[in-house]
Amino acid sequence: MATQKTLAVTGNVLVAEAMRQCAPDVMGAYPITPQTTIVEEFAKFVANGRVHTEYVTVESEHSAMSACVGASAAGARVMTATSSQGLALMWEELYIAAGMRLPIVMANANRALSAPINIHCDHSDIMGARDAGWIVLFAETAQEAYDNTIMAVRIAEHPDVMLPVMTCLDGFITTHSIDRAQIMDDETVKAFVGDYKPENALLDTDNPVSHGNFAGLGGPYFEFKRAQRNAIDRSAAVIESVGAEWSKICERPFGMVEGWGMEDAELAIVAIGSTAGNARHVARELRAQGVRVGVLKVRCFRPFPFADIAEALAGCKAVAVLDRSESFGAEGGPLFLEVRSALYDRAERPAMVNYIYGLGGSDVKLELLRQVYSDLSDLADGASTPGRLVYLGAR
Amino acid sequence: MSWDISKMNEWKAEEFPRGAVIPQAGNSKDYVTGGWRSERPVRDDAKCTQCLLCWIFCPDSAIDVEGEKVTTFNLNHCKGCGVCANECPASAIEMVPEGCELPEVK
Repeated sequence: MATQKTLAVTGNVLVAEAMRQCAPDVMGAYPITPQTTIVEEFAKFVANGRVHTEYVTVESEHSAMSACVGASAAGARVMTATSSQGLALMWEELYIAAGMRLPIVMANANRALSAPINIHCDHSDIMGARDAGWIVLFAETAQEAYDNTIMAVRIAEHPDVMLPVMTCLDGFITTHSIDRAQIMDDETVKAFVGDYKPENALLDTDNPVSHGNFAGLGGPYFEFKRAQRNAIDRSAAVIESVGAEWSKICERPFGMVEGWGMEDAELAIVAIGSTAGNARHVARELRAQGVRVGVLKVRCFRPFPFADIAEALAGCKAVAVLDRSESFGAEGGPLFLEVRSALYDRAERPAMVNYIYGLGGSDVKLELLRQVYSDLSDLADGASTPGRLVYLGAR
Repeated sequence: MSWDISKMNEWKAEEFPRGAVIPQAGNSKDYVTGGWRSERPVRDDAKCTQCLLCWIFCPDSAIDVEGEKVTTFNLNHCKGCGVCANECPASAIEMVPEGCELPEVK
């Protein structure tokens, strides 16, 4: 019988609890703000014997992900966490983990990248790594970060997938704010994630295998990349089914995209992470005034749910895509590029504006989101756009 | 396990082992690497004292020995580095440039 307990807890503590419940064999860990309290809490669980994980303290994130890759190839269930510069330092190993098809699960506390130095939230870290071949899930709340962590294990280890999964939560906003959330009992999570039965484990000495092989000099490198593409394409169905299964147990909805008011919305904001909550707050106010507004939250960025997004936005008159990261010199931020591409094949396409917002933790005030809906309203009435790309609230 | 790679050049993406794993041990001899060579060793049997120093020094284990005697060079794996010729105390090994005929190497 699944039983849940309601806690007042930070996102990081809840992620650490989820990791403890998933009981990884190995964690290669290095602290970095604002992720530190995840690996700190987890270290406490190890020290107190609440989880039997080989906890490898390494000298950098480059080594953390290297240790994870080695342990995963050896046949272990492996988890870790990072943020910002740490994720950037893992760059090489991110591609290696995906290319070697290792089901590593990593939490990423979204934080800005230097320079100038900044420790606060934006999505530059993960968006820089979005093409590394990882499945990327985003959380709006501590609760979603918890649920994503548990689902990630099942998604990563699914035989149709076998890819690493990154679960992102907004630095400080979600990682450090105390939020109301439910934690499932240990036994239910244990049963849900199951035991990991690795194939091609290096430690299976009865069936010796070699990992990390060469496929150059006219070798089948190209075919391996195609197999990776097939796997991440297949993962969409797995994410949906694992999400549905967990949803049933925890009684919380899951969708790769989640709409609010999208059934009849004329003006919509598309957002990722904690800002979706702010947008819903403003949308509720406007709905009370009779304005047909909606919010579309993207919970899974890789694989990108093109069809769901096109379906949700097709009926809108004007859409604002909110990007909490830059793609300098591109037509817009990473989310905008994907969302606009999702609508390309539609006969009717809404007007669309890209807002870059909240970089380096720049405050996402409600009046800024009111301004976005006001811009959309003007746009729907035939006004010229407020600009192709707007730095929302920047001086 | 036995792993037949004879048709590997025709395999489609999903036919390869996941993640470029090689699901078999001790098969590096099946991977022909002699094509990198620009010079090949040629041994003069009349000069050779069968001291086996070439066999000891060869970094690629490409000297074939039978009954404690050098028989031939395994040109499927010899990279033509010339270590054997350099180490031979009887100067019985000469490095000769590879021409356009490479009958042993596919």
